[in-house]
Amino acid sequence: MKKWVLPYLMLTPFLLLVLLFFVTPVVITTIMAFTNMDYSMEWNFIGLQNFEKIVSDPNFSQIVFNTFIYVGFTLLINVFFALLLALLSSYYIPFEQSGLFFRALWMLPRITPPVVYVLLWLWIFDASEYGLLNTLTSFFFSNDPIAWLIDHPMTAIILVNGMVGASFGMIIFSSAIQSIPRDLFKAAQVDGASEWSVFKDIILPSIKWPIMFVTVWQLLSLLTSYEYILLLTDGGPVFESEVWPLYSYHKAFKNLEFGYGSALSLILVIIAILLTGVLLKLFKFNRMIQSSRIE
Amino acid sequence: MDIGSNVTPAPKMKSPTLLRKSHRKIIISYIILTFLSLPLFFMYLWLFLSSISSEMVAGIIPKQITFENWRFLWENVEVGSRQLPSIWLATWNTLLLAGGLTIIEVIISVMAGYALSRMEFPGRTFFLRSVILLHAFPSVALLIAVFYVLDTLGLIDTLWGVMLVKAALQIPMSTYIIKGFFDDVPWDVEWSALIDGCNRIKAWYQVVIPLVKPGIAAISIFSFLAGWSEFLLLYTFIFDDQNITLATYLQKIIGDFQMVDYGLLTAAGLFYMLPVIFFFIFTQKSLMQMNMGGNKRV
Repeated sequence: MKKWVLPYLMLTPFLLLVLLFFVTPVVITTIMAFTNMDYSMEWNFIGLQNFEKIVSDPNFSQIVFNTFIYVGFTLLINVFFALLLALLSSYYIPFEQSGLFFRALWMLPRITPPVVYVLLWLWIFDASEYGLLNTLTSFFFSNDPIAWLIDHPMTAIILVNGMVGASFGMIIFSSAIQSIPRDLFKAAQVDGASEWSVFKDIILPSIKWPIMFVTVWQLLSLLTSYEYILLLTDGGPVFESEVWPLYSYHKAFKNLEFGYGSALSLILVIIAILLTGVLLKLFKFNRMIQSSRIE
Repeated sequence: MDIGSNVTPAPKMKSPTLLRKSHRKIIISYIILTFLSLPLFFMYLWLFLSSISSEMVAGIIPKQITFENWRFLWENVEVGSRQLPSIWLATWNTLLLAGGLTIIEVIISVMAGYALSRMEFPGRTFFLRSVILLHAFPSVALLIAVFYVLDTLGLIDTLWGVMLVKAALQIPMSTYIIKGFFDDVPWDVEWSALIDGCNRIKAWYQVVIPLVKPGIAAISIFSFLAGWSEFLLLYTFIFDDQNITLATYLQKIIGDFQMVDYGLLTAAGLFYMLPVIFFFIFTQKSLMQMNMGGNKRV
């Protein structure tokens, strides 16, 4: 009996925070989704009306479409561009130092505070001839300045998020590639193996699981992240770059329709829980939990 | 892995050709990688150049050097008709948030990590599994309910509220990381301290903790930077100008992106980034390792 007291005591602050900011919010989101709570903060239960409202929402199809496009293309960048960076910096360039330099460079978007990172992109997409893209297009094609964020908002948010996410995959793939014994590559080279077969037969098998992991992980976080979109376009113009989680955020904190916003979130939460389940099944997380070394 | 069976038969090649071919491969890789990284390079170069110049040619070449952009350091900036609070207030608040978050996060996760790594108690497997699950869980989807919780606790519009929420979002990951460090401490070390007459707490404090210092340093840096960079929670839960932080300060200047004062913005942005740059240069190794742990940007 006494043996339990100490570990539970040490876990108490952890459990308290988790209870307050994970467990309670899940419960509240679930209940709130069935109310029409607004700025008056009253719990009026209205059954399934919120969910009927989602389906008949005039913006529904555009938001679902945007979410698919955004998640799909960003995921492609996050996986394939990351793979390209990892291959170039840790396999094709055999010098440890310069590989590290490039990887460090690509870490920059990730550690830059979101507000500053978005500021950099605001300059690139700037609608006047001051912006980088407009400078380039007027120099090479003598085009008139384009308001990129208004004409191509989806492309913008995909690029911005893709570049942040690429470093995550890059780091994981790089360390997987680096863990392949160099002798294997030497042997393949001596045997005259083609680049393609080196990739297909040596590199790919060793990064198969990391690729799966990065895909599911990023899918999970892309489905529910909207910080950069909020800063860059705020879903606009009108609803052209609005994605599902951002719509829920706007409904709750802009229109103060907390009930409706919760219903929108609840669907995301359910999808996220399912995906987490997939993650657990795929990677046999039980293996990560070794038993304690102490009796 | 059977390589031999799938490769094309070896062309007869002498080693100098082989060498030259691989040289060419390396050079091409450098060119591609440099080309791909150019936008990144220019972005950060612009951030610096724009902050010290009054006018720029072709978007990036400074015409005249000025310190006018850094005026926010000694006077309060006006945006539109509204005067922003002092940057030093914002810096102090950001420091308070990041520092407080670091202390809370380190204390909680070191305790929890140790318990999970070294102690046997009912529900241990369940806890471990939920730590990993919580780490993967997309907590931003719960923001509306978190707003309600903070409102009930009377913590809306306070830095404390944001600090606690951020800590809750971060501790699953830092607990998991520090647990790994505890796992690596040999049990013999702790055992011998126990034999020498230490009790469990004393052995933990005097013998085990010093051995996981690198882990504590890593999660400290990580949580400090996470607190320093936080935007969304501050934007959602804080309204009073007295609680302004550097992130919301900058966001207020960006405001309407039709009429941006890039000089002022880049100077303030660079000022905001200073600690990040510092940690980036001096603690790169731990940063890289932290990101392996699957840091997701909320």
